[in-house]
Amino acid sequence: MTTNTADNSKKYTRAQLGEYILRTPAVGPALALLAAILIFSLTTDTFLELDNLSLVVAQSLVIGTIALGQTLIILTAGIDLSCASIAVLATLVMADLAVGGMPGWVALLLGIALTSAIAALNGALITAIRLPPFIVTLGMFTIVTAVARIYSDGQSIPTTDGVLRWLSTQRYLFGGIPVTNGMTIALIMVLGLAYALAKTAWGKHVYAVGNDPEAARLSGISVRRTLLSVYIVAGVIYGIAAWQALGRVPNADPNAYQIGNLDAITAVVLGGTSLFGGRGSVLGTMIGALIVATLRSGLTQAGIDDLYQDVATGTLVIAAVALDRLSRRKQ
Amino acid sequence: MSEQNGTILRARGLVKRYGSVTAMDGADFDLYPGEVLAVVGDNGAGKSTLIKTLSGAVLPDAGEVWLDGKRVRFHGPLDARKAGIETVYQDLALAPAQDIATNLFLGRERRNPGISGFLFRKLDSKRMRAEAQRVFDELGIGITSIQQRVETLSGGQRQGVAVARAAAFGTKVVIMDEPTAALGVAESAKVLELIGRIRDRGLPVVLISHNMPHVFEIADRIHVHRLGRRVAVAAPAEHSMNQVVGLLTGALVMGEDGAITEAQHAVTAGLDQ
Ligand SMILES: Nc1ncnc2c1ncn2[C@@H]1O[C@H](COP(=O)(O)OP(=O)(O)OP(=O)(O)O)[C@@H](O)[C@H]1O
Ligand SMILES: [Mg+2]
Repeated sequence: MTTNTADNSKKYTRAQLGEYILRTPAVGPALALLAAILIFSLTTDTFLELDNLSLVVAQSLVIGTIALGQTLIILTAGIDLSCASIAVLATLVMADLAVGGMPGWVALLLGIALTSAIAALNGALITAIRLPPFIVTLGMFTIVTAVARIYSDGQSIPTTDGVLRWLSTQRYLFGGIPVTNGMTIALIMVLGLAYALAKTAWGKHVYAVGNDPEAARLSGISVRRTLLSVYIVAGVIYGIAAWQALGRVPNADPNAYQIGNLDAITAVVLGGTSLFGGRGSVLGTMIGALIVATLRSGLTQAGIDDLYQDVATGTLVIAAVALDRLSRRKQ
Repeated sequence: MSEQNGTILRARGLVKRYGSVTAMDGADFDLYPGEVLAVVGDNGAGKSTLIKTLSGAVLPDAGEVWLDGKRVRFHGPLDARKAGIETVYQDLALAPAQDIATNLFLGRERRNPGISGFLFRKLDSKRMRAEAQRVFDELGIGITSIQQRVETLSGGQRQGVAVARAAAFGTKVVIMDEPTAALGVAESAKVLELIGRIRDRGLPVVLISHNMPHVFEIADRIHVHRLGRRVAVAAPAEHSMNQVVGLLTGALVMGEDGAITEAQHAVTAGLDQ
């Protein structure tokens, strides 16, 4: 088993490069994003304009933020079909409380508490009764969507509250690109989660649980506690996504983000995170969300109909999952 | 051997049922300091269940366990690991997508000293990698890089990682469930060598194996398991392979005095159960 390093050194560097790409699953999606940007800057006149780039990022914020929570759950080999519905309910509650005269920051904190509680309930059902995440969150999606309509009477709730709108009200120029607080917060979240996943024991445990829960248990990791913590953190993230949504549109609309649950999964998958658990990154998810927004924007500017954009996104998702499967089979 | 010194790990009357299957049926177990104890038995005899009980991965329905003369009750693998019992499970219990160093420290990661470790929970990856490298060097397990993912390793190297993890953290007992089952001749020899080295460091080793030549090569004593309980304790110095095989199939029985005789009703004895 001892290898002579001398004649292996050359092979080693190539193997290392391969290793690096496998260990850093965001490299593939990043190349795909660059390719898309390149194509659209060549085929349209408007895509590369700074205002448009800023708009692309802004359009990816809500689903991108939800997808960060979804990433954590998918890393544990779970899935959350209720993520966007939970965020939509929170937008309604936050806006309603603010309209009722509550200070914006209190409404915001209550909204985040609400999303965390619902996600924690998902986690509790999954860990305590060992129900499949797919079924639990499908049921939660149905319930939360109905509750949102009942709560709002099917009407949207306008909000002008400064705190609730804060993520988009100010714009700063960063290298000529208009940047909002929402973008800054999203970036901080990506970096914070990437740090937690890569540099803390909690992150190692999240990956290990998704990789092989029995191996994780035998290694002394509490699988249930790890899973529950993941759902709760995801819930907090959904709350912040609701805040992002109120920044984007000054209306909490019960009919918004109807396919957001699936869009979030799309972003995660395009970002190179494996639906089988244990592999992936939040950086990849951020790129995945940007790929979707880039495609939408670029195809719109190229004059291509919305429905064909859906066809393109769907094709990409299947291709991404197929790539994941095939790359695994080789090992 | 030092039977007089008392056991390091001992169990009496362990029972474990899975529905209608009785995996352990009043099993006894004795391990003495500094020895390699082989546990042999047919498929389904309950060997893995026995050692999973000793390592906290399975909670027994009845029975008692003592470590170093003190009664212990493990409620999970972490309890046993904290008490100094390390186990290499039959299916290794590694996280394949993670690297060697991460796997070595899985479940007991080291945090940075100071603020970054306390406040930001930052792991001391550098130190963990260095320590992992030291363990591998010490045990003579060759690997190209401590940052290689486990799924890219050969079967023998993976086994090496699991063994190294047990050897690095075991302070009382190291248990190995069929560590050579999936390995070729050369890699098996390597693992046997490792077991010898762990014993030389003063750690007793429990080795489950179906491979009689391996057992006779490395073990000091042999625990024979059959139909969920210990039916005999043999020694390579005193017994032949044929005798041990006879004991584990039930063709031979060992009396209270250690005398081996042919089973009275060898065939029905097996069907009774
Ligand atoms: N988790 C479980 N659920 C149900 N039955 C089990 C479980 N674990 C073990 N058993 C049963 O208990 C019996 C003993 O199994 P065990 O794995 O301990 O045997 P073993 O001696 O290790 O066998 P092998 O040599 O094949 O590894 C078998 O009949 C097995 O099917
Ligand atoms: Mg077994």
